[in-house]
Amino acid sequence: MALLTCKDLCPGYDGREILHALNFSVEQGDYVCIVGENGSGKSTLMKTLLGLIPAVSGEIIYDEGLQKGQIGYLPQQTDVQKDFPASVKEIVLSGFCAGLKLRPFYSRSQKQIAQENIEKMGLTKLKKRCYRELSGGQQQRVLLARALCAAQKVLLLDEPVSGLDPAAAENMYELVGKLNKDDGMTIIMITHDLHSAIGQADKVLHIGEKVFFGSRGQYLEMLDAKGFSKSGGAENG
Amino acid sequence: MADAFDKLYTYITQFPFVRYALIVGVLIALCSSLLGVTLVLKRFSFIGDGLSHVAFGAMAIAAVLKLTNSMPLILCITVISAILLLRTGKNAKIKGDATVAVISVSALAIGYLLMNIFSSSTNLSGDVCTTLFGSTSILTLTTAEVWLCIALSAIVLAVFVLFYNKVFCVTFDEDFARATGVKASAYNLILAVVIAVIIVLAMNLVGSLLISALVIFPALSAMRVFKSFKSVTVCSGILSVVCTLLGICISIVYGTPVGSTIVAVDLVAFGIFMVIGNFSGRVKA
Repeated sequence: MALLTCKDLCPGYDGREILHALNFSVEQGDYVCIVGENGSGKSTLMKTLLGLIPAVSGEIIYDEGLQKGQIGYLPQQTDVQKDFPASVKEIVLSGFCAGLKLRPFYSRSQKQIAQENIEKMGLTKLKKRCYRELSGGQQQRVLLARALCAAQKVLLLDEPVSGLDPAAAENMYELVGKLNKDDGMTIIMITHDLHSAIGQADKVLHIGEKVFFGSRGQYLEMLDAKGFSKSGGAENG
Repeated sequence: MADAFDKLYTYITQFPFVRYALIVGVLIALCSSLLGVTLVLKRFSFIGDGLSHVAFGAMAIAAVLKLTNSMPLILCITVISAILLLRTGKNAKIKGDATVAVISVSALAIGYLLMNIFSSSTNLSGDVCTTLFGSTSILTLTTAEVWLCIALSAIVLAVFVLFYNKVFCVTFDEDFARATGVKASAYNLILAVVIAVIIVLAMNLVGSLLISALVIFPALSAMRVFKSFKSVTVCSGILSVVCTLLGICISIVYGTPVGSTIVAVDLVAFGIFMVIGNFSGRVKA
């Protein structure tokens, strides 16, 4: 069974649908890119998938083995975070917050995993540094390490490279690609940057006036054939 | 200067109410500053202000009803308002800050109106001044009030320590917390209740107009200099306690109003921390 299946899903706010009747499914180990123009509802869709906002209609069916604690999320940065006094270690550890349940403090094994994730993201030297003093790319890696603490199976990323310079963006894609290939993490990523991102993806979900869901090969073929890119902002990168 | 210390020493050893004031002052300062860090970071600083006005209104109602023990009623009304405010904060049709403004000025106006119409007191403006600026109430605490304050502060501190990691997670990134299965709204609720309790307690110390200072200044000062959540929280707590003690002592020795003296000391500390922050920032750059 698919890890996550959307049946006639209509995400939206206050009963007003932004997207109409989406049908797609994500398998274990998939790397899915969600693309579409600004304002087409990509973030809304992701928030609906995460259960942050209720769907207007339709349903999302999660695989039985998939619980809330196994989904990691890399949100877009908020204003609050830009001047937040917190060390890298504190932020990464907070990924385990849901895993605490009723316990007040983090366990030794959770701290150990946090440390491993910090190393994996190449943040060892920055561990004690303050989040607000880091560069954009470093901040994103901190948030990715935090998401890894929360995620065992699925990682949802909302424009992980927005505002990053090309080198940092490249580095980010590399890390995400590695997580997908080496750790078998399922990736669902919103992106603008078609060239680099789609190079790695298995599947593409294009939303907007025309909705497309299929393999990367099919998507690229269709872009060539129909000039779909003009309405889809595919020339963005 | 030696005179001042002598005077202070005699006061503390001779009069139990001075000791009560110091104990209660320290506890309130500690609680309000710890929570202050979260409030400032969550952009909720204004809620403290709104709630303190609500507490003033509640106090007026209690006075009109001639309750001997007004604390439970004030606590109740403030807690309910806190929950309502935090709840509407996110998706209300009127924006959060406007709601707070509406509620706080209404509470203030109605409170004063009620006191004016129904009060039998001969010194009405004195009463109002006391509630607004807490001029003497800290020095007239009964033993029961002191114990109530100690108990409530202990609960607030315990809640804060036990939920510290969750508070951090929810403060830093509520969406992430929610997405990964943290019951963010439950923690927001706990936070709202705790804030309300602190505000009611702090009314005794600095009066309802000046509470915000107690909540915001220590956190802001600590944030200028320290860089992790834990160090900011600890520094904010220590700073607030030191400033409050200093403020109370100065006010006892020189006969200045307690609340405004404490806030003035907090302001000076904020200035000092800002200078230190700028200086250390420049050195690093």
